[in-house]
Amino acid sequence: MFVKRTLPLWITFVVGTVIILSKLSPKTTGLGEDFTIYFDIIAVFAFILGGGNLVKIHADKLSKMGAGWGYSAVCLIGFFATLFIGLFEIGHPKGWSTDPTASGSAFNFIYDYVFKPLAATMFALLAFYVASASYRAFRAKNLEATVLLVAAFVILLGRTFIGSFVSFWTEPGTGFGIPELAEWIMDYPNRAGQRAIMIGIALGIVSTSLKIILGIDRGYLGSGQE
Amino acid sequence: MAFYDKIRNIDRRVIFLLIGLSVALPLIFTIRFPEFPTPMVKQIFGLMEDLPPGAKVLVSFDYDPASEPELQPMATAWMRQLAEKRAKIYIMALWPIGQDMARLSIDALKRDLADKERETGEKVPFEYGVNYVNLGFKSGAQGVINVVLTDFEKMYPTDAAGQALSTIPLMKEARSLKDFDLIVNISAGTPGLKEWIQFGADPAGVRIVGGSTAVQAPLLYPYYPKQLYGLLGGLKPAAEYEKLMGDRYPQYADIQKNKGRIRMGAQAVAHLVIMAFIIIGNITFFIDRRRERSR
Amino acid sequence: MSRGRIVFLVAGGLFLAFLLFRSATGGMVPPWPHTVETQAMEPQYNEFGLLVGENAVTTGATSWKGPLTWFAAFLTLCILSFLYDDNPLYKFAEHLFVGVSAAYWMVMGFWTTLVPNLFGKLTPNLVSGVLEGVKDNTPEWHYVIPLIFGILLLTRISEKFGYLSRLSLAFIVGTTAGLNFVQYLKSDFMLQITQTITPLVAIGAEGFSFWGTFSNIVLFVGVICGLIYFFFSKEHTGVFGAASRIGIWVLMISFGASFGFTVMGRIALLVGRMEFLLRDWMNLVVG
Repeated sequence: MFVKRTLPLWITFVVGTVIILSKLSPKTTGLGEDFTIYFDIIAVFAFILGGGNLVKIHADKLSKMGAGWGYSAVCLIGFFATLFIGLFEIGHPKGWSTDPTASGSAFNFIYDYVFKPLAATMFALLAFYVASASYRAFRAKNLEATVLLVAAFVILLGRTFIGSFVSFWTEPGTGFGIPELAEWIMDYPNRAGQRAIMIGIALGIVSTSLKIILGIDRGYLGSGQE
Repeated sequence: MAFYDKIRNIDRRVIFLLIGLSVALPLIFTIRFPEFPTPMVKQIFGLMEDLPPGAKVLVSFDYDPASEPELQPMATAWMRQLAEKRAKIYIMALWPIGQDMARLSIDALKRDLADKERETGEKVPFEYGVNYVNLGFKSGAQGVINVVLTDFEKMYPTDAAGQALSTIPLMKEARSLKDFDLIVNISAGTPGLKEWIQFGADPAGVRIVGGSTAVQAPLLYPYYPKQLYGLLGGLKPAAEYEKLMGDRYPQYADIQKNKGRIRMGAQAVAHLVIMAFIIIGNITFFIDRRRERSR
Repeated sequence: MSRGRIVFLVAGGLFLAFLLFRSATGGMVPPWPHTVETQAMEPQYNEFGLLVGENAVTTGATSWKGPLTWFAAFLTLCILSFLYDDNPLYKFAEHLFVGVSAAYWMVMGFWTTLVPNLFGKLTPNLVSGVLEGVKDNTPEWHYVIPLIFGILLLTRISEKFGYLSRLSLAFIVGTTAGLNFVQYLKSDFMLQITQTITPLVAIGAEGFSFWGTFSNIVLFVGVICGLIYFFFSKEHTGVFGAASRIGIWVLMISFGASFGFTVMGRIALLVGRMEFLLRDWMNLVVG
């Protein structure tokens, strides 16, 4: 019980308090910095944990030869090949370096010809779905939805050359045309709405942070059953 | 009414095909439009132009290949301008792949400066350790910013290549974030511009300008103008910035050196197609509603 | 086989034939390694070793750029094939992406943070071969703390000792809560209010500005009404209800702007990918 609940609550309390105090008193700044660096280092172990979890799940699938085991094999091959090439810096022009991404290294080839096309295309797919959503879901069903639609329309027009082209009442870039209206919407009504949301979120984060530090909110420790 | 029903129940793959063509055809046939810079873009450009020679500028590359088409044009334009202004450039990354993005920008800038020297005979100094330094990636997001706020060497014992920070001339002039004249952040999410404002620029009292993906941009407007000096949100302002750069520095006016402007042709046509989708979608919606009411 | 699938396969086959034809006729990079010729000036010496002039020498080197670009294009098309339907090629690319990116993050974290910031502090001389800058530094033993917390975090994979990872989690949560408490309070709360409470009447270089004043009022009223909309402790009726209604409109404009920007952003990403396929791979761009 002590290691499972009491000790973690104390660690959170001490670390959180030190970080807050480091912002209030110069004498504790150094300690706050040390704690933050520890946090930065532990973050890398989170990357390793992520990789470990991935291997565990897919190795399990592979060993059971369940449905889609071939894809798990692809995932593991991609993982271990990249890990091996990256950790041993295969083909690195300097031999060993803290910059594994240097041009000419095999790791850099993986970036250019595998990681980049996959990552970029995965996100590019969203363009098709946003177009489909525009057609099927973006409807002026009531007054609020119409306001939303009109704002989006002005932004879509104003953020390309078409906005200047259809603003026949003014010379492009000199008067108040659709691009300027789009910028005004961003700068005033949008800023007002986003600011109201931001203030609300900030209050939520500040109160949750305080509750976590004081041990009132213990959700991150789980149910305590495991 | 067969045509109407066809339109109403159109296969999503037809929509996908149309949007694909609306992007592909303008790229194949190089359709391009003029750009008219908006006030905020001019304001950021003016701020960078007014930097005195030797100004210390921190540039953080916080994005990955997924957002490269949107963010690389502004990163390239800023790097060009900073080099032209003889600023001292300090590069870092809060995203692991940001280090690659930074390398791309540095390599592109070196090629640009070599071209300029060949064409005009003017040599813009860009020497490692003297004009720029690449600190690379560190994990920890806002934790990294919190440390460099008071001490760079504590977070970065060495630069990206493993050279001790104490041996790099440029680092002698910038011990902490507070020593900088300007922070430039190009980001695609978290950690990014928001964290740089909260944990870096605000506590350090240093001016910050940012470039973000269009998706993120509306969320960052509340920081403007006191906490965030200016924001380039997405491809369009990047293209406008390229236009200003080309006007001020003719060697960058060639359209082939302005990826943002090239991409805006396809972007404009795709916007038109999406607006047509919205209009057709709404027409079918209103026809349906009228039919239901008349029943 | 359905009609749709036949059309898909025939179209795919014709596309592949077109690409191979273009490659064979030199219209685009071929899928096989090819020789790239480079010209260099080589000095010419006479029998006494004296320089007598220069000769242009053509050297050929095997380039793998073609097959690599084709592979990248293949992966791109695998992902795009999802638009037609879920299929094995998409699943292959998706799983490869997950594996490669997890390892990519690990490798970057290891070389850029663990080596310099942990091993470089604990055992400087051990890593000085890679990290010249830390040679002969005195070990800083307090860095054993993040090492212990880091290793404890990894116990999460184990069912028996998984509970130990809570100690590391507590450290991570405590640091994040501490940092967020201060900065959200300052940047996202206090400074946001400060930025909202500013003079409403805009007076520029040319005197009173109607448009500026109107904009300032929109901003001020918008923030207040937006906040009222989120205030649920009082019933939204009367003046409070009217303000809350204005709040909804302001929020709707914000969401509309966000939608417009989202469309912009997503299209830009597609433009980037199309550039790769059409220009770098297929060499189809005119002009």
